[in-house]
Amino acid sequence: MGLDYTSRCQPNGRSRILPVKLHTKAKAIGVSNRLVAKITNTPISEKREDYFLIVDDIDAELDCNGYAGILTKQLPEPEKLLTPWIGGFDNMEMLKPGYIISVEQNGFTHVIYRPESHNNTLFATGRCNNNCIMCPQPPTDSEDSGWIESHLRFIDLLDADLERLCITGGEPTLLGDGLIDILKKATLRLPSTELYMLTNGRQFAAKRYVQKIAAIPDLKLLCAIPIYADVAPLHDYIVQAEGAFAETVKGLHNLARYQLPVEIRIVLHKQTIPRLLSLVEFIYRNFPFVNHVALMGLENMGYVKNNWELLWIDPLDYQDELETAVRYLHYRQMAVSIFNLQLCVLKPVLHPFARQSISDFKNIFLEQCSSCAAKDRCAGLFKSSETRHSRGIKPLTEAVLTNPFTV
Amino acid sequence: MADFLPLGAFLPKPGYQLLPFDFTRLESGEYLIVNLSGEHLILQKATFEAFTKKQLTADSDQYWNLKAKQFLLDSYDKETSEDLLASKYRTKKAFLDGFTKLHIFVTTIRCNQACQYCQVSRHNETAGEGSDMSLEVLHKSIDLMLHNPAPAVTMEFQGGESLLRFDLVKEGVLYSKEQNKTIGKQIEYVICTNLTLLTDEYLAFCEEHCVQISTSLDGPEHLHNKNRPIASADAYAIVTRNIRRTQEALGTSAVSALMTTSRESLKYPKEIVDEYLALGLRSVFVRELNPFGFAIKAKQAVGYSIAEFISFYKEMLSYILKVNRDGQTFSESYASLLLTKILTPWPVGFVDLQSPAGAGLGVIVYNYDGDVYASDESRMLAEMEDTSFRLGNVIDNSYEEIFFGETMQNIALANCNEALAGCSDCAYHIYCGADPVRHYATQRDFYGHRPTSDFCKKNMFILKYVFELITAARHDADLDRILWAWITRRDVNQMDDPGYCQ
Repeated sequence: MGLDYTSRCQPNGRSRILPVKLHTKAKAIGVSNRLVAKITNTPISEKREDYFLIVDDIDAELDCNGYAGILTKQLPEPEKLLTPWIGGFDNMEMLKPGYIISVEQNGFTHVIYRPESHNNTLFATGRCNNNCIMCPQPPTDSEDSGWIESHLRFIDLLDADLERLCITGGEPTLLGDGLIDILKKATLRLPSTELYMLTNGRQFAAKRYVQKIAAIPDLKLLCAIPIYADVAPLHDYIVQAEGAFAETVKGLHNLARYQLPVEIRIVLHKQTIPRLLSLVEFIYRNFPFVNHVALMGLENMGYVKNNWELLWIDPLDYQDELETAVRYLHYRQMAVSIFNLQLCVLKPVLHPFARQSISDFKNIFLEQCSSCAAKDRCAGLFKSSETRHSRGIKPLTEAVLTNPFTV
Repeated sequence: MADFLPLGAFLPKPGYQLLPFDFTRLESGEYLIVNLSGEHLILQKATFEAFTKKQLTADSDQYWNLKAKQFLLDSYDKETSEDLLASKYRTKKAFLDGFTKLHIFVTTIRCNQACQYCQVSRHNETAGEGSDMSLEVLHKSIDLMLHNPAPAVTMEFQGGESLLRFDLVKEGVLYSKEQNKTIGKQIEYVICTNLTLLTDEYLAFCEEHCVQISTSLDGPEHLHNKNRPIASADAYAIVTRNIRRTQEALGTSAVSALMTTSRESLKYPKEIVDEYLALGLRSVFVRELNPFGFAIKAKQAVGYSIAEFISFYKEMLSYILKVNRDGQTFSESYASLLLTKILTPWPVGFVDLQSPAGAGLGVIVYNYDGDVYASDESRMLAEMEDTSFRLGNVIDNSYEEIFFGETMQNIALANCNEALAGCSDCAYHIYCGADPVRHYATQRDFYGHRPTSDFCKKNMFILKYVFELITAARHDADLDRILWAWITRRDVNQMDDPGYCQ
């Protein structure tokens, strides 16, 4: 398939964007189902159903028939328009022409596509069959029955030159055959786009399901699947689901059987660090076919905030374990990367394995980073780590970077 | 905020059963345990005893280590443990997939060199055409090779000295390519040659058809010339010159060399390595004398005990490690093979050390007279007038008669070390092999008698030594880097370079 699985995590010459707010609440009138459309600020005549029109002032003369909706600062007034009217935004600056947004019945508005971003995602569902103790985005039970339709519509609206699309959730595979429709549509509509799906892989324990995915012609899909321990009880404890390990392991074997590319993801925290070397050994001996292993720093969101004591270990304090694990995989020709950790907390020998992995909309640097010589190459921090982060954050000097032995 | 269950809620019920494994006590007093998939652990005596008495509990790292490698089975997630073990076992034995892959063609038994230890009982260079393969036999043999189900095969020209009849090599390559057009196998070509008769024409042909060269170099001048003399010529000068020529024409990786250890060689472990390094060779395959052919007759003059060989091998390997520590990548092929068997999940198809044994299943020999043998050693035995391992003849017999006949079935009875006395419960047997041909040659018994088997002694020793290296590498970063450079065929100086992957 010719995909390069490590470079995807390290976009070249990526422009740094300040963290962006991507959701807001508005008042919606006439929205009976979740709406997904692209924003325009100039009236158009064709395909109006694919667009939200931004309007400063709504007056009676305005021709707004046929648009997916009208976006305006004004509070919506019933009976003034036939077209859905989403208004009363406190800030409309996040709604730029070319962006795709979704609007829920309750007026919840989410930017789901920005052409300039490398981190566009399709949020497949909020539901999940795991409930990981360090989940940054805890699962919801929210109804998603109409979502598949809107996902397909979303794909129709995407620009064909999109480099990669991340499919995430929740657990995307809970959409069942709906996910297969999504993958088919994405492959057909966006033949050059790499699809990158974050999944726990449990549904892949069903061979027929994997078979269906593998049968999609010209599919360019990488499944990124977490394994948190080399033994079932420890993994199942971390994901809080008995039987999860068994299904994920079977799923990985099924993906290999149908030659679908796989990345394995390990989140580094107090529950995974003690057996990290055993875990990478387990991966090498049992899943030597995986294309990439990502060792990932913790994101201080969702459950992490509540389970801080259970999870937090300063990355400075697990550098030896991390180096051993990286070396172990690298010597065995398994591609390995470090995600979400800052160069100043990593041993210099690990710098080449570190990737700029944090999505632009939640990526920050701290004040002390401004004088750092490695800022351009560094992953930076999650916005959520602004106040809670490693004690090792400090600016690096050029001398340190060119001579790894000075640290 | 969800309520989270504690780890205790996910623990297995007390009690476990042992999954199959073999073990041995190491000199350190620790225990090496090895299972079907080739995974191993080294346990303290107390842990080993607690483990086997089923006294470990699911709150210790030792317990998890044993569970993660499927040495024990508990109430939690039995099926996954069994599946993982099965999948790894299948992978380890995948060298069997596709059936016989190495096809050896003895295009002539004549040779221009007079090696003291010749295992194949060569005929004189001037012997008549009866010592060469006829075109009919060559073609029939190639037809058999192509009839074999393996999608990728190696066609290896052996002798005698194959360059004495380069026309047969040429015909073999061209005919197989022509016939393969409609079959589509991947064919790799190798000529085993002493390189003394090399011409530019031969090199051009090898370059055009991607033919690789495997040659013999026994060490420095006096040693090589003593072991491998040519009448009225300096064999050493010719072979080293021609190794260089071949490297220039075909690239360094297209030429490999192996050395045969004679009694004289025992004195020069370092000098032999230096000789290989000076020629830019990246590895050496250290072989002991085979108990076949002239080597048996000349045993008084060139032979040695297995203990002497082992101490030589150890000395040589220590020196090779030093060379690598000093920054030069150079490996010993036998050690690399064993390391790959022990430390990786991958299958290793090495016909001299596998179970089921390579004879017939991994390798087949088409002799110059049309007879087919189960291995190189089988035909060496035949030259000593013992045709026990003759599978048939390419003119008289069908593919089925040759590959599935009575002789092959008899070999198969003794080709799995999992079912051989003295092997089946040996801790190392997963990494070792069965060798019915050699045991028949040395002990007159397909099955062999392990306590008096040199094959067993040698491999047990080398495996123990390799395990010592593996254990030492846990606390020796340089050694770890060297061993993995050998396994993955990378430059020892670039192992930590992040771009140097795949």
